[in-house]
Amino acid sequence: MITSSPYSWTESEGLQKHLEKRGVSRRDFVKFCGEMGVMLGLGMTAGPSIAKALQAVKRPSVIWLQLQECTGCVESVLRTADPTIGDLLLDVVSLDYNHTLMAGAGDAVERAKKSAMDANRGKYILVVTGSIPMNEGGIYTTIGGRTAHDVLVEAADGAVAILAVGACAHFGSVQSARPNPTGAVGVRDVIKNKPIVNIAGCPPIGDAVTATVVHYLTYGRLPAVDGEGRPLFAYGKRIHDQCSRRAHFDAGQFVEAFDDESARKGWCLYSVGCKGPATYSPCPIFMWNTRTSWPIGAGHPCIGCTEPHFWDTMTPFYGRLPNVGGFPVEQRVDTIGAALAVGAAAGVAAHAAATVFTQIRRRRATNQVPESATAPENDNG
Amino acid sequence: MARTKVVVDPITRIEGHLRIEAQSENGRIAKAWASSTQFRGIEIIMQGRDPRDAWAFTQRICGVCTTVHAIASCRAVEDALDIRIPPNANTIRNLVHGMQFIQDHVIHFYHLHALDWVDVVSALSADPAAAAKIGQSLSPWPNNGEAQLRAVQNRVKQFVGSGQLGIFTNGYWGHPAYKLPPEVNLLAVSHYLEALDWQRDVIRLHTIFGGKNPHPNFLVGGMASAINIDSTATINAERISDLTGMISRARAFVEQVYWPDLVAIAGFYKDWGAIGGGVPNFLACGEFPETDVRDLGSLYFPRGIILGKDLTKVHPYEPEKIQEFIHSSWYEYAGGDSVGLHPYAGETKPKYTGPQTPWTYLQDETKYTWMKAPRYEGKPMQVGPLSRMLVAYASGHEDVRAMVTEALGKLNVGPEVLFSTLGRTAARGIETVLLARKMEEWMGDLNTRIRNGDVATFTKTRWEPSSWPAKSQGYGYLDAPRGALGHWVQIEDGKISRYQCVVPSTWNCSPRDAQGQTGPYEASLEDNHPLVDPARPLEILRTIHSYDPCMACGVHVLDAEGREVVEVKVQ
Repeated sequence: MITSSPYSWTESEGLQKHLEKRGVSRRDFVKFCGEMGVMLGLGMTAGPSIAKALQAVKRPSVIWLQLQECTGCVESVLRTADPTIGDLLLDVVSLDYNHTLMAGAGDAVERAKKSAMDANRGKYILVVTGSIPMNEGGIYTTIGGRTAHDVLVEAADGAVAILAVGACAHFGSVQSARPNPTGAVGVRDVIKNKPIVNIAGCPPIGDAVTATVVHYLTYGRLPAVDGEGRPLFAYGKRIHDQCSRRAHFDAGQFVEAFDDESARKGWCLYSVGCKGPATYSPCPIFMWNTRTSWPIGAGHPCIGCTEPHFWDTMTPFYGRLPNVGGFPVEQRVDTIGAALAVGAAAGVAAHAAATVFTQIRRRRATNQVPESATAPENDNG
Repeated sequence: MARTKVVVDPITRIEGHLRIEAQSENGRIAKAWASSTQFRGIEIIMQGRDPRDAWAFTQRICGVCTTVHAIASCRAVEDALDIRIPPNANTIRNLVHGMQFIQDHVIHFYHLHALDWVDVVSALSADPAAAAKIGQSLSPWPNNGEAQLRAVQNRVKQFVGSGQLGIFTNGYWGHPAYKLPPEVNLLAVSHYLEALDWQRDVIRLHTIFGGKNPHPNFLVGGMASAINIDSTATINAERISDLTGMISRARAFVEQVYWPDLVAIAGFYKDWGAIGGGVPNFLACGEFPETDVRDLGSLYFPRGIILGKDLTKVHPYEPEKIQEFIHSSWYEYAGGDSVGLHPYAGETKPKYTGPQTPWTYLQDETKYTWMKAPRYEGKPMQVGPLSRMLVAYASGHEDVRAMVTEALGKLNVGPEVLFSTLGRTAARGIETVLLARKMEEWMGDLNTRIRNGDVATFTKTRWEPSSWPAKSQGYGYLDAPRGALGHWVQIEDGKISRYQCVVPSTWNCSPRDAQGQTGPYEASLEDNHPLVDPARPLEILRTIHSYDPCMACGVHVLDAEGREVVEVKVQ
């Protein structure tokens, strides 16, 4: 992430001058801050306060642990949006530990991590990708000869907040799918006394990660989250409610088989298994890879990867979701969906999906925003 | 001089968790052990799932090699169900996999491997004007000018001046093994930064065909991205135009930056052409079918085996000759630790017998890794770019021969240097150049078919499980960026009954077998290998990184045996 611009500004210089040196005008910077405000759901008018915050803070230390995982989440953050201004955003932090990118190895990087944790105790942001295997004393993932569990507990202790990035850190992801041979769990199952934000997805969109960091630096607290600990600015709405193909759902125009005439017209993918109606995700709004496209935009149904335990609850991926309904905001169209589902679902994932719906309905109804999601005041550390 | 025990854990700038232990003696490595320290058990999780979902599960084996397991999985299921995908889908998969190669190899060179050869701190003392002169002598790349390089140098100076070194903290800067002049270091640092922006752009090809990257979407039977050049919501004229631009920018960077940098840097490290050779056997399963995956004659990179570094003979690759051993691995077999099992008869029963954590040393243990030891006719094999290029070279592949000859000529060295750490790194560059050129041809093929009215991307027959036989099995091969990959699937009553993979990093990172044969990483470290300062093991990183390790892939989808897996004791 940060490596795309491995230099920083001095405190006395301030960010704005720093940006000017890099050929970024004041105007561009304010524009970026405005766009970031929109991404965070605060509107363009929040731009000036974001700009002020980003110029005021020093670079806080970020320790990034990679536990039981596939490195896809690091790769996703490497793809974050704007080539120029995205780098600047990442310049705001100091990435003091990350396996994929660090120059040194072995003892040298373990010492670097310890120094950073000691020097920034109580202040550093801990990013975690990967799950924690709990079976057999945690022996299924070790780093430097210690279990992922022990490494996480140690690093969490001095962290101000934890960003659990990706489905593995969220709930264990693919290795926790039935029968979960290694006993893989998410960060929240191990760490109970720290604020944790789940940037959900397999992987999540890199921009959701960077925007969460900006939120923290700008307002001195973590973003409001839903019952799954996911930031509302990114995960507050269902894919179905923001989908570019929604009009076809409303009109009853469905792809019945891949590459059929309807697929070539870009109709709704509900009938070939789309999990958009059960999935809270920023995909249709942020889109992927500098807003190039997104899964449904490229003709494949959503597999629901931002939802907990989607490997079990959303499979088979090409089975139709039954009972797409129960949300007053789109009662009319959901009636259409439900009517379709009655004929088509035929037991496909019915129980699993119904469970998901119950969970979602429950937490949406309570609009949970756990207390733990509020971080201490930023002390410019 | 007494032997010194050395531990490097974590090995950084790789995918996943790797521990290297060694014994050093008089500045050289006497013995080495490669230990993979993560196990996930995905193969066990595959049991009873819908085979059409398998690509998504197995894709998550690795987010760096994203696409490769997905395509291999689709091929395995399509083989089992006798599904022939349309030519457009085959071409689109080649484009997606081709761009995966190109992007992955460039990231490997600059962001994972370069810091083994490039001293970032040394770049601070470079003369930007002299660096520009060198850059302009290497290639017409427009960003090698003095102003650009001076700006990069200032960025690095400011970064170092901030005192917050981030990912560069405790690097081995100033190590005597760094040989590049400051100006070449500066050029490389500049391209390190440029490559970060470049990769973000060109990988969008995956987003257009698969909706996202990492982990783009695939589909058994073809691809889900429908083609209709007159629709706003499909592969259309605008998307084709975007793709064409990416392919062109990919080629420009590879030809004008990556390849010239690789050759220039290699020129300062020719001694590494005699270091780290290791296992003398090479396996390539072949890749990039230009018609259909069953048409082995249409593979752009051919399959075959080279034994004992003998380039005069290419042996046929026969997957049934693969066996996996667990003599040094934390598993148990019903038949005991000394037998080797073909993947079709494989067993996966994890059984940890190592010391309590925290570990001090694993090198005193018989078993020391989660990696199994695959062997071909009982022999360890290297897989990856060098294997592919050697097999192609020995097979008389014209494009490969021309590139290898060009590289050897520029460096003024003989073909014997290919069998080395430097050879593995050079082979990666050679195949990247060839693929960067090939992409334009494949894009042209796609456009020609669209022009002629063929827009099919999916074969609908055999999509529904009701059309499947009660029992079937299939093999999906794929020569991935890191080497030969195989997926084997068995399907019963519409569900997966067994799923197995043999993965590139399992071959390369395999441990000792019952015969005492070391795997490729270990053999390379034991082959004429320096280690000047055990506290700063830069030389170990060079050789290990030359394999581009991918540990999550390696400990993988070992071979679960039907419903027996429910008996696997996990607690």
